[in-house]
Amino acid sequence: MPEVLKAPLVVEFPFTRSLGPVQSAFLTGLRERVVLGVRTGDGRVLVPPMEYDPVTAEDLRDLVEVAPTGTVTTWAWNPAPRRGQPLATPFAWALVRLDGADTALLHALDAPGPDAVRTGMRVRVRWAAERTGAITDIACFEPYAGPDLDGREGPAAVTSEPRPHDGQFADPVTGIVAEARLDYVYSPGRAQSAHIHALADRRTVGERCPECHKVYVPPRGACPTCGVATTEQVEVGPRGTVTTYCIVNIKAKNLDIEVPYVYAHIALDGAGLALHGRIGGIPYDQVRMGLRVEPVWTDDARFPDHYRPTGEPDADYDTFKELL
Amino acid sequence: MSKEPVAVVGIGQTKHVAARRDVSIAGLVREAARRALNDAELTYANIDAVVIGKAPDFFEGVMMPELYLADALGAVGKPMLRVHTAGSVGGSTALVAANLVAARVHGTVLTLAFEKQSESNAMWGLSLPIPFQQPLLAGAGGFFAPHVRAYMRRSGAPDTVGSLVAYKDRRNALKNPYAHLHEHDITLEKVQASPMLWDPIRYSETCPSSDGACAMVLTDRAGAARSPRPPAWMLGGAMRSEPTLFAGKDFVSPQAGKDCAADVYRQARIADPRREIDAVEMYVPFSWYEPMWLENLGFAAEGEGWKLTESGVTELDGELPVNMSGGVLSTNPIGASGMIRFAEAALQVRGQAGEHQVPDAHRVLGHAYGGGSQFFSMWLVGDRPPQT
Repeated sequence: MPEVLKAPLVVEFPFTRSLGPVQSAFLTGLRERVVLGVRTGDGRVLVPPMEYDPVTAEDLRDLVEVAPTGTVTTWAWNPAPRRGQPLATPFAWALVRLDGADTALLHALDAPGPDAVRTGMRVRVRWAAERTGAITDIACFEPYAGPDLDGREGPAAVTSEPRPHDGQFADPVTGIVAEARLDYVYSPGRAQSAHIHALADRRTVGERCPECHKVYVPPRGACPTCGVATTEQVEVGPRGTVTTYCIVNIKAKNLDIEVPYVYAHIALDGAGLALHGRIGGIPYDQVRMGLRVEPVWTDDARFPDHYRPTGEPDADYDTFKELL
Repeated sequence: MSKEPVAVVGIGQTKHVAARRDVSIAGLVREAARRALNDAELTYANIDAVVIGKAPDFFEGVMMPELYLADALGAVGKPMLRVHTAGSVGGSTALVAANLVAARVHGTVLTLAFEKQSESNAMWGLSLPIPFQQPLLAGAGGFFAPHVRAYMRRSGAPDTVGSLVAYKDRRNALKNPYAHLHEHDITLEKVQASPMLWDPIRYSETCPSSDGACAMVLTDRAGAARSPRPPAWMLGGAMRSEPTLFAGKDFVSPQAGKDCAADVYRQARIADPRREIDAVEMYVPFSWYEPMWLENLGFAAEGEGWKLTESGVTELDGELPVNMSGGVLSTNPIGASGMIRFAEAALQVRGQAGEHQVPDAHRVLGHAYGGGSQFFSMWLVGDRPPQT
């Protein structure tokens, strides 16, 4: 059996987020080294703050400032930090209930080892040097033994009482960019791998369904309508028929193809359904349904670069009307 | 035991726009939910369960957004379900909610669908760079345009029909305060002069990209009796699916769409949809899909759908108005688009569609499809309870 292919698939995108009033105040506050929570209808203080009351579903807008010091309520040691995590060295993931808050915030706790971490230990915020209005403005938490609950420079009051805050800051942050990245290993499986191997010899190989006898190109290893495995390999093409098409007049961002060009459905001779390809070697406005075409390969490509007319007479509509 | 009749007693939408930068996703869905509750004169306390839908998580990149939206939707302590069936999801979400009422699992259900397209990238989300696969050589319109050409070939429709649909829907949108596009200076000439993007699809014949949410309160017979405003009654509802791509697939008139419509008509005892249904809100993201779906849904014989459009039958004052709200062509927060069709159908039979109200709308069809014509969901609503 030929080798089943595998390749990395990285999916990443910089998503944007509109914050709404509460998260906007929270993240702008972090930029200004102020941790904000929100008071619920039953008087509890939620940190991080939420827009809506988890008990009553009412709007929550009653912002309060809590201290940058707090207590670890539970934790887990992370011995091998991964890319994008708050610290590059081993650290604890900790839930920290800040002084004045009734709920705990998840963040990293910088500690020399798991023996140095315990539930109930006192910690304080270590602010990032560069702050932009993001949760990473808290670089991490760090162990703290001092008496100053406020934690800021100067003669601040030693108090754990949350203080009302109007949530107003100059130049508030209203949106953030959330970089998302997922790393997969993708395998197209047995049937498609065989198809791809054959393409290297410029042959197009599909598989025939033992029940409906239709040939799937590319093959999927099973027939989606009959629900049975397909194993019989069948070479199709190389010639085929343009069954339908459109003329693309706008340049797609990631494609280096001069417009206008024709994007077509092509039923290769012997195939049970059409595949997609570009038509070249003919003015775009002369392409038509029924045009007979053949693949044009370039040296190093996995797929035909495009298809060009063979010069044969056009196929009769009735011969391909089921293959649009 | 017969099913419990299902009534729509609350409908809420956001004003659909290109970008709602003033609200979070939670704030957006909350706005639609509150409007639906206000319409029903109910509160979250009256809701037994929440059923929410949206298009793929990749669109906004929030994985399982329903988890964090539970607070905003008053779902804490209640069942909350997420539905996903690509572009048809708004419709299938409403049907899952309706089935919970019909089966007497819950008395009153809040159902809601949304998309915040400004925070997403639908094209990216739908075309991941899968190794070894040939990339799609055209945009979203390029996927659908060849099917439109196939329809034109099969039906012999003149190439002017697509522009007529776009011109009609954009004018209808002017009468709908929630519609995204309000092109006050729209003319047929402007539509016809708009750039040909994916020939035969013009720019003005494509849908916009919108931020928006739509919500409905569905309830049982007892709930309907308490409703302050006339309810809409579900007379039939169905979903069907088929593979996106298979040998023998008919992209012009998919079998799953025909089967879905037939099921709805059987439930509602509709023998002749063209005569017995008063108006349709159908999912038309590219203008040519109006004549295609008119045939697929049984309002016209095969090859004849374009004649209804061309002769004005589908105009707001025609015999069978289609997309009175302006449709997907005027408003497309993808995940919500199907539910907006369902909700607009209900607004019509409740007599609450305002300026785009069709007189004497007794039975109206709401229709949605998605996933490369893979998923279909439809409901028929009426101003009278179903006969039992």
